Amino acid sequence: MSLAELICPAGTPAALRTAVDAGADAVYCGFQDATNARNFPGLNFTPEELQDAVVYAHMRGAKVLLALNTYPPAGRVDLWREAADAGARIGVDAFIVADMGVADYIARTHPQVRLHLSVQAAASSPEAIRYYCDHFGVKRVVLPRILTIAEIRELRKEIPCEIETFIFGNHGLMVEGRCSLTNYLTGQSTNMDGVCSPASDVEYVRGADGSLSSQLAGFTIDRFGAEEKAGYPTICKGRYAAPHRPEGYYAFEEPVSLNLSRLLPELIEAGVHAFKIEGRQRSKSYVRGVVRAFRAAVDDIRAGREANMADLIALTEGQKQTQGAFETKKWR
Amino acid sequence: MTKLTLGPIAYHWSAETRRDFYARIADEAPVDEVYLGEVICSKRTPFHEPDLPATIERLERAGKTVIVSSLAEVMLKRERKATADLAAMERPEIEVNNAAGLFERGAHPHRIGPFMNAYNEATIDWMAGQGATHVCLPPEMPAEAIAAAAEAAGKLGLGVEVQVFGRASLAVSARCYHARSHGRTKDNCQFVCEADPDGMPLSTRDDTPILRVNGIQTQSESYVDLLPETGRLIADGVTHLRLMPQAADMVAVASVFRQVLDGALEVAEADARLAALCEGTGLANGFYHGTAGYRRIAMAAPA
Amino acid sequence: MQVTHDRAPARRPGEPLVARLACLAAQPVLARVVRRIAERHPSLFARLGPHQATDFLIDPVELPFALHLRPDPEALVFRAVPRDAAPRPGATIRGRFMLLLELIDAEEDGDAAFFSRDLEVTGDTEAVVRLRNALDDMDGSLAEETAAMFGPPGRAILAKLRRGYLTETERQEAP
Repeated sequence: MSLAELICPAGTPAALRTAVDAGADAVYCGFQDATNARNFPGLNFTPEELQDAVVYAHMRGAKVLLALNTYPPAGRVDLWREAADAGARIGVDAFIVADMGVADYIARTHPQVRLHLSVQAAASSPEAIRYYCDHFGVKRVVLPRILTIAEIRELRKEIPCEIETFIFGNHGLMVEGRCSLTNYLTGQSTNMDGVCSPASDVEYVRGADGSLSSQLAGFTIDRFGAEEKAGYPTICKGRYAAPHRPEGYYAFEEPVSLNLSRLLPELIEAGVHAFKIEGRQRSKSYVRGVVRAFRAAVDDIRAGREANMADLIALTEGQKQTQGAFETKKWR
Repeated sequence: MTKLTLGPIAYHWSAETRRDFYARIADEAPVDEVYLGEVICSKRTPFHEPDLPATIERLERAGKTVIVSSLAEVMLKRERKATADLAAMERPEIEVNNAAGLFERGAHPHRIGPFMNAYNEATIDWMAGQGATHVCLPPEMPAEAIAAAAEAAGKLGLGVEVQVFGRASLAVSARCYHARSHGRTKDNCQFVCEADPDGMPLSTRDDTPILRVNGIQTQSESYVDLLPETGRLIADGVTHLRLMPQAADMVAVASVFRQVLDGALEVAEADARLAALCEGTGLANGFYHGTAGYRRIAMAAPA
Repeated sequence: MQVTHDRAPARRPGEPLVARLACLAAQPVLARVVRRIAERHPSLFARLGPHQATDFLIDPVELPFALHLRPDPEALVFRAVPRDAAPRPGATIRGRFMLLLELIDAEEDGDAAFFSRDLEVTGDTEAVVRLRNALDDMDGSLAEETAAMFGPPGRAILAKLRRGYLTETERQEAP
């Protein structure tokens, strides 16, 4: 049975302490700049805050993983190199990377720090994963959320590194690291700036009939009736019209949240080494609730008891969850 | 000398349509290089793969350099095998769009496709060390980054390619959005994507055209148009300019670009002709100018 | 970032006078609260970035006034204003008072509240995201800390408000 590490999101120092106190085995976080894919306003850590966080976490037996998982545009590589140098100085336990140039720099300059491969590298085949393992010494791959349990089981046999999968949180649809939808509408890039449907371009417009339009850069991403729950205008979660779907439909995905709690025993048995909870931009209360529930569940499963998942249901966005591709391939 | 290239067909055009298309390209289009192959969906490959040897031969006979591009997303066994088979080819050149392809190719020479996220000089340097001879940059890169990447690539002796015409690829997914729009999945899609030779249009709920769906790919609604920017691109070290095949007269499109490159046509006149060829599809250059991709930034004076 | 203009909330009879009296009474308290928070949580301002200069309007719908916050460390403003005298805000957050309190303490999940439409956010969304992230980075309970500033009576009032809120919530959610 694998260690089944819980990897928990830390958007702020307070959230990091909350996650560690709630039982996280590791927390992941980023600096306050474009070097990570959750570059949200007011979120993330200064180098000083990260230093304090590493001390706090290590004293309680938890690890700190630094996300450097965006793609430096030519001419700005230094920002990512300096971030890696700072992380190594501070003593983080691993870097989570996607760009090959960043991976190469870290492998050569900070070989003592573990390299994890981000979903942003979109490595979803054994060959792609082995490329990163062979060339950069990657020790763990964070799988895109699109493999079934059977596929994970097969993959395990063909790759030399550990496997980490998402277990809870916002469902990413587009192959990560291959999306420039945000840049197309707003001029800020997911890959280069670490933003997705940024708040600076968001507007909620109320209609006289009580309806609410969510807009990004002036484009209507969705519309909600007076009684409907509203959503954030993430481009790939909007409703659009096609010639044969004039009423408007979820062209890419419904705004559901991933929740694989029921599949935990199977995933552990399939050889998944670590479980990632998404949500660096979520509140401390969210983090506390989710981490506690999964901590209890994983402890129960490893002790041979049945786990209770009821508490997790209430926390999901729009109150709907999905098990995604993990159970069957019908999702595709 | 700056090369004009034709990118791989993104859409599910029938085998017959492709044959006719490439025959015209071979005979009439002033392009130097042509990319073939299936990049978006492995289910489409059996329809046009049998024609590949004949198409390669036809194009090479017409003096075009041919490159075969690989799949952007590699997951299923048949996709891994297709990638491995491509990587084993001695000739023609191949363009790799997925790390699985890099793994299979090893250190043998290859081109880096736009899906490989070669955004910067460090990555390009690494790839060159692993056998890359040429890099096509991601469509969202702004001018300064293109210049810095082109300079670095040039020093290493790599060709540098930028898309100057056609829809920009904005995202790929494991889910097929064409099938989804018809209530199906990729497994039972019945090839509905064939009905949309220029992509399936999506509008916002207040009727603003916004994106195009092409199988697992999401594209821009507008066509990239960097015709007025070609002078600057070339001055910055870009060696190859890519035209993506759209539902426009691609021979005429290529001719307009060629005439500008040869100095035989003024940019303003050329751009007007290009707009006419695109018949109402919006033209955009926002990414290049560091702003929202859908925007059209007017150049103060042609470069 | 465009500001969206909302319809003004309906005025209750006598509200203008009640509002003005309440604002006057609340003012010294609010001023003390915001100074104390600024002293004890300086990192809050760093997270606000350029939105230190933004005017936030926090509108507890059942109270006779709204709260105007400008989190500028050089010129802190936190005052009660009658709704008809409120300045034009960069961003507005409107909801029931106790919900706002729960959100400030990050006890409630802001996303859930917003999606359920219990919370109304208008204006500069980035300003609100920054404020929310800044407040979320505080350890402990802002409400508790504030109440404790006023000694046992403060804590008692907070406890009473909480009980009332929970009862009200249960009543509303009862089948």
